[in-house]
Amino acid sequence: MSEAIAASGLRKHFGRTVALDGLELSVAVGEVHGFLGPNGSGKTTTIRILLGLLRADGGTARLLGGDPWRQATVLHRRLAYVPGDVTLWPNLTGGEIIDLLGRLRGGLNAKRRASLVERFDLDPTKKSRAYSRGNRQKVALISALASDVELLLLDEPTAGLDPLMEAAFRDCIEEERRGGRTVLLSSHILSEVEALCERVTIIRAGRTVESGTLAGLRHLTRTSIAADLAALPAGLAQLPGVHDLDVQDFTGNGAAAATAGAPGTARDGAGPGVRVRCQVDSDKLDEVLRQLAAARVLSLVCQPPTLEELFLRHYSGQVPAVGQPRVPA
Amino acid sequence: MTAPEGRAADWTEPSRQRAAPPTGLRSEEPKASERRGKEAGPAARRRRTNTALIRLAVRRDRIMLPAWLYVLTIVVVSTGYSFKRLYQTAASRESIAAGIGRSASNLALGGPLYGDSIGALTVYKIGAGCAVAAGLMSIFLVVRHTRADEETGRLELVGSTAVGRHAALASGVIVAAAANCVLALLIFAGLAAVGLPAGGSAALGLAIGSCGLVFAAVAAAAAQLSASARGARGIAIAALVAAYLVMSGGAAARGGGARWLLWASPVGWVTQVRAYTGDRWPVLALMVAAAAVVAVAAAALASARDLDAGLVPERPGPPRAARSLRSPLTLAWRVQRTGLAGWVVGGLFYGGVFGSIASGIGSFLGSGTGVKNAITRLGGQASLTDAYLAAVMMIMGLVAAAYAVSAVLRLRSDESAQRAEPLLATGASRTGWAAAQLILALGGAAVVLAAVGLGSGLSYGARTGDVGAQLPHLLGAALAQLPAVLAVSAVAVALFGLLPRSCVAAGWTALALAAVLALFGPTLRLAQPIQDISPFTHSPKLPGGTVSAEPLVWLVLAAVALAAAGVIGLRRRDIG
Repeated sequence: MSEAIAASGLRKHFGRTVALDGLELSVAVGEVHGFLGPNGSGKTTTIRILLGLLRADGGTARLLGGDPWRQATVLHRRLAYVPGDVTLWPNLTGGEIIDLLGRLRGGLNAKRRASLVERFDLDPTKKSRAYSRGNRQKVALISALASDVELLLLDEPTAGLDPLMEAAFRDCIEEERRGGRTVLLSSHILSEVEALCERVTIIRAGRTVESGTLAGLRHLTRTSIAADLAALPAGLAQLPGVHDLDVQDFTGNGAAAATAGAPGTARDGAGPGVRVRCQVDSDKLDEVLRQLAAARVLSLVCQPPTLEELFLRHYSGQVPAVGQPRVPA
Repeated sequence: MTAPEGRAADWTEPSRQRAAPPTGLRSEEPKASERRGKEAGPAARRRRTNTALIRLAVRRDRIMLPAWLYVLTIVVVSTGYSFKRLYQTAASRESIAAGIGRSASNLALGGPLYGDSIGALTVYKIGAGCAVAAGLMSIFLVVRHTRADEETGRLELVGSTAVGRHAALASGVIVAAAANCVLALLIFAGLAAVGLPAGGSAALGLAIGSCGLVFAAVAAAAAQLSASARGARGIAIAALVAAYLVMSGGAAARGGGARWLLWASPVGWVTQVRAYTGDRWPVLALMVAAAAVVAVAAAALASARDLDAGLVPERPGPPRAARSLRSPLTLAWRVQRTGLAGWVVGGLFYGGVFGSIASGIGSFLGSGTGVKNAITRLGGQASLTDAYLAAVMMIMGLVAAAYAVSAVLRLRSDESAQRAEPLLATGASRTGWAAAQLILALGGAAVVLAAVGLGSGLSYGARTGDVGAQLPHLLGAALAQLPAVLAVSAVAVALFGLLPRSCVAAGWTALALAAVLALFGPTLRLAQPIQDISPFTHSPKLPGGTVSAEPLVWLVLAAVALAAAGVIGLRRRDIG
């Protein structure tokens, strides 16, 4: 068994609302997997199905090699879950809840518990009704991280934490990863995902739109290029994979004149040079660079796609530029 | 908040125009109007946002508030009406009044009795109780609109709009005051309509309403003291209970040295208005003045603290869980033990009170054969004392069932509040979770009933000088209600498993149905099959009656089947 989580074709509806519509999710043992998607896209529903709290209407789900619905309690002893919106028993203290949840999972590492309480700067003697949202989240996190389990299911665990605590959280997950634990991390914080996750799955409207390594996903998007050239290469606008082409006359003293007109009518060699900006599909980069080099490059700035760009594209529902092969890397 | 706010802003314009004097010295005219506009503007706006808050409060309470007012009015008016029909002759009234006056515990329960008119008897029977209920209504109302909103963070949102610091406090107290005014009016109109003297009816209505007003102010102060709504309600209700007990002490003194206690309690003031027997109006002014003083104090407390903070600090708890806190059952116990303790103390207290009344039940009822018949129909016994005690035990059984139903329905509130989610994501199974709550519900109900049996056995035994025999007797009578309690709780479990969305309303409706059929079925002479729907119809009529095992076995079997159906439903459905 090399997959900690394997869900395929998951479907779930609540009344007429379709929450999941053929979702695919695969998490390998020992990896930290980012689980991303806009609000209401079905992340929490997926996690609840994996916990056996909800029953899927269709598709299959395997968790740690077992059936999450039938073998719920057996599997739950091997995992820890941190809900996105942590609600606790108001008249129990944070310390009591950490211990209770840990014991119900089958055991808590006392030393680790103590160090985590200190690291997250939690007052465990407070009644949980007096905790802020961030502190409630810390209670659930400490209990999960101090439990001796194989798998962590974290549903937006840092949404209420301050930057300092977020950093502490990242350190902890990094340690977990080195210790060989599997983590499914649902998150909106891209820097967090970038820092922690080897692979991500992006879902939208209950469907998986992208899954793979971050490097692989970057490859599926566009690189932005800004180049000063001696002359405009003929036919640049017609090259496959070139988008949003913008050409300006470049007079040499920094003052750009009129912008270029429609593609194909570019004025070759007007002035001492041209400044070209465009977006290029990453897999067509080679051909475009060849063309630019032929026109003599004066300066070149090449920016890889940012994660924000990547996610915004998926979140807002745009079809990825060259997204036909939705390959898991 | 935006919509009413926007409207308030719109309304400001015409009023400013009106404020401008139509003619006058031209050079000064704009300045004058400007100044008036500035003076009237913010004040008027504050008034309007407050009105918006009050309207919001009224809208949120549009069901609960009329229900409180309706029930309280009906209880008072129907008491007056039934007394008028039961005690038609002067002789019957004299004998009942004499019977009440003989027993200190009767007086402690209802308050002093100042005459033998229908009005005086009505005040004795229901005046203090209804005043306490009006106090409860006000406490729930005020805390709901102040501290509870603050705790959930709703007040933060409202507070960020253009409302004053005391706006929520003021609107909560104003809504409670209005509710108590309506209550006073309804009680006056109802009692006058059934033929009681108008002056006395007005005095009683106003006395009850004023008591509600005092506790609205007390709740407003309590909401400043405690940082949690639960704590605020606790403080205010403790004050209410204390006021009632002080009144009881004064009334039981029967003209003795402790009589002044009646003046030391807002509930005592209600009795000192002496509705129908002198109508001492100035006492009402005393109550309103007391309410005003406490309300001003609450406002001062509110100015002295921050949002979300309380003046009484939260005590820190244990940093580590007790060794025993490791299962859904011990969790349920840990969360609910404080509440259960309150029920047990209440059971002991009311058991003691009713046991003490039972010894003098014959003289208490006097020649009112109607009441006797009603009690024997309910208790089913030849001996009036036994019948009375059996009726008390059935009512206490219903009370214990209310505890059990509320404990079972915590499953649903934990589920809706998503507290169940982290629990069920651990090794705890759904069956174990539901079973834990059911065990605590039944165990708790058994302890509450045992407390009732203990209290009534001790006090009745002490009266008759026979504790050794009465204690086990009444303890058994109380615990004999358990199978019926089990059956009602099992209905709640079945509803939770099979119809989670409507289980809270349906569960309480089922309990109410069981209560109504068992309490009023015999009096209304309903057909036996209909009465048989209520599990409490099948409870043995103890003390005095015979116990047959067969109905109890059926009750338990039905309960087991219902609970099993509920658990199977729970295991098969979605959580959340």
